[in-house]
Amino acid sequence: MEIFLGYFLYAMSLLTVGGIYALLALGLNVQWGFAGLFNAGVAGFAAIGAYTYALLTTAESQFHFGGLELPLVVGDILAMIFAGIVATIIGLICIRLRADYLAIATIGIAEIIKLILKNETNITNGPRGINKIPRTWEHFTEERFYTNFPMNLFSNQKGWEAFFASIPKWWWQPFFAITIILIVIITYFFLEKLRVSPWGRMMTAIRENEKAAAAAGKNVTKRRIEAFILGAVIMGLAGAFLGQHLRLIEPTQTFDPSKMTFLVWVMLIAGGSGNNKGAILGAFLIWFVWSSSELVTNGVIEILATMFDSIDISILKNRAGFIRMLFIGLLLQLILQRYPKGILPEKRPAISGKY
Amino acid sequence: MWESFWFEFINFYFIPGLVLGCIYALGAIGITLTFGILRFANFAHGEIMMTSSYLTWEFVLVASSFGLILHPIIGAIPASICAIFLALIVDRFFYKPFRNSPTIMIVIASFGMMLIIRSLVQVIWGPNQITFVKGIAKPNHFIKDFTSNFDMMLLIPNKHISILLGTIIIMLVFNYLLSSTKIGKGMRAVSDNPNLAEVSGINVENIVKATWVVGGFCAAAAGVFLALDTQFIESTMGFRMLLPMFAAAILGGIGRPFGAVAGGLIIGLAEELSAYPWLGNGPVISPGYKSGVAFSIMVLMLIFRPSGLFRGKVF
Repeated sequence: MEIFLGYFLYAMSLLTVGGIYALLALGLNVQWGFAGLFNAGVAGFAAIGAYTYALLTTAESQFHFGGLELPLVVGDILAMIFAGIVATIIGLICIRLRADYLAIATIGIAEIIKLILKNETNITNGPRGINKIPRTWEHFTEERFYTNFPMNLFSNQKGWEAFFASIPKWWWQPFFAITIILIVIITYFFLEKLRVSPWGRMMTAIRENEKAAAAAGKNVTKRRIEAFILGAVIMGLAGAFLGQHLRLIEPTQTFDPSKMTFLVWVMLIAGGSGNNKGAILGAFLIWFVWSSSELVTNGVIEILATMFDSIDISILKNRAGFIRMLFIGLLLQLILQRYPKGILPEKRPAISGKY
Repeated sequence: MWESFWFEFINFYFIPGLVLGCIYALGAIGITLTFGILRFANFAHGEIMMTSSYLTWEFVLVASSFGLILHPIIGAIPASICAIFLALIVDRFFYKPFRNSPTIMIVIASFGMMLIIRSLVQVIWGPNQITFVKGIAKPNHFIKDFTSNFDMMLLIPNKHISILLGTIIIMLVFNYLLSSTKIGKGMRAVSDNPNLAEVSGINVENIVKATWVVGGFCAAAAGVFLALDTQFIESTMGFRMLLPMFAAAILGGIGRPFGAVAGGLIIGLAEELSAYPWLGNGPVISPGYKSGVAFSIMVLMLIFRPSGLFRGKVF
C-alpha cells in the first residue's frame, strides 16, 4: 500500500508540473503558433507571475515586501495582469521589427527581470528568494487561513486542527493537480474558440502574409501586440502556479532559461506549433521524457558505480543533468529538421468558423 | 593637470571600459557578419566564445603537464582553430539545412545550439567556475614610471595591454581582409545583396564559410580576452556576453563590422562609466544593474534608429 501511495503522489506531481508546462506551452503557442512572435524570454514572464503572486499572498516577513495576504485567486489574477503589463511595454517597442529583434529583446527583458529580482533585496529578498508561498488547497492547513474569514465560520481553530489531523497529510495533492489540469482545459477551450474566431483567422493571415493582411485593412501591429499580451498573461498564470508548486522561488535557479524557456520551446515544437492540443501533448510528453530520463540516468550511474569502484558518483550525478539537456537540445534539432510540423500539425480553421 | 579626479577616472573607469569595449567589439563583429550575410541572429555566438576559452585553458593545462608553461595567448592559437571548426561544423549540420527556409527556423536552431554547446562544455568540464589566470594583476611598471614623469600616473595591468594590443592587431588584419582581399569584397557584396552577388559569379557558399572562419576567430579572441580580463571561466560567460554583443551590433548597424566595433566600445565604456559617481557620492547606476545599460541602449536604438549609428540594415 505504501509503495502505491508513493507512485500515486509521484504521478500527481508529474501531472502538476506537466500542467504548469502545458500552460506555458499554450501561452507560447498564442505568441509563436498563432502570431509568429519569437519569445525567448518565457522564463521572464513566468518569473513576473510567480513573484507577483508570492509578494501579494505571503504572510508578513522581515526579509521581503509582503504582509498583504491577499486571497490566492486575487494573487493569481494580479500575476496575470502584471505579466500582461510588461508584455504591453515590450510589445509596443519591439513588435514592429522582425522576429530576430523580438527574440533578442525578450532574452534581454528576461535578464533585466532577473537583475531586478536579484538586486531589489528590500522587496524580493534578492538571491535568497521568497519562502512559504501559500499553495492552493494546502493553504487551508495554515493557521492564518483557518482562523480567518471564511473558514472560521465553519469551525473554530481547534476543530480545524482536529480535522486536518484526521485526514492524510497529502490530501491537497490530488486537488492541486486537478485544479491545474482544469485550468489547462479551460485555457485550451478558450484558445480553441479564439483560434477559429475572426481574430484567430486574422492572426493566421498576418503570420502567413503580413503585407496582404495589412492591404486587406487589418491592423497588423495591434493584433500582434494583442497576441503577445495574451500569451504573456497565460505565462504569468503558469508562473503563479509554479511558485505555488515550489513554495520557494529565487531568481537564478528557479527561472533558469534552459529549463523554463528552452524546454517550453522544445515542447511546443515537438507537439506542433499552432495546434493547442499539440502544445498540451508536447508539454506532457517532453516533461515525462525529461523526468523519467532522470530516473534512467540515476539508475545507470548506480549500476556503473557498483561495477567500477573507481568512479566518483557525485561527479557523474552532477553531470548527468547536462547530458540530459544535451539530448533534449539534439532532439529539438532533429524535430526541426525532420518533422518541423510536430506530432500534431496545425489545422487551419474552416472559413465558416465550423471545426 | 593630473588631479585625483582624472587619476581615478582614467585608471578605474575609462581603461577597464575600453578593455571591456574591445571584448564586446570582437564578439559583435561575428554577430554583425552572420546577421548581415546569413541574415539571422546567431544566439550560439557567445557559446563559441565560451568554448574557446575553456579549450585555451585545457591546452595550457596539457602543455604544463609536459613541462611547458604557455601564456594563454599562445594556448589560444590552437583553441581558435578548434573554435573555427566548431563554427563550421555547427553551420554544416544545424544551420545549412534551413538555408532556404524562413530565417526564423535558423534562429530557433541557433537557440538550440546555444544550449547544446553549453551542455557539452558542462558535461566535459563541469558547471563550476575555473580559475583561468592565477594571482592579482599588477600594473605595468614601465608605463607607471614613464607616465609618472609627466605627473599623470597610468596604472595599466599587463593583461589589459595585451588585450588592447591584440584587439588593435586583429582589427588591422580584419580591415585589410575586408577592404583588399577577394574574400572580403565578396563578403561585403553578399551582405549588400546576396542574389546580385550570386549572379555576378561569387560563390556564396564559400563566402558563408569565410564568414564563419572570421566570426569564429573573432569570437575565440573575444572569449580568451574576456577570460584574461576576469581571470576565471564559467559556462555562462558566453550567455552573459550575448546581450551586450547584440546591443553593440545593433548600435553600430547590422552588417557594418566597423559599426559593431564602435558600438562595442561605446557599450563597454557606457557600462563602466555608468558606475562612476557623476552625481554626488554613489555610483549613478548601481553596479548590479551594469548589464542593464547595454539593454537600455539597445532598446533606445530599436525605438529611435533601428538602422544603427552607421546606417546598417533593418530586416
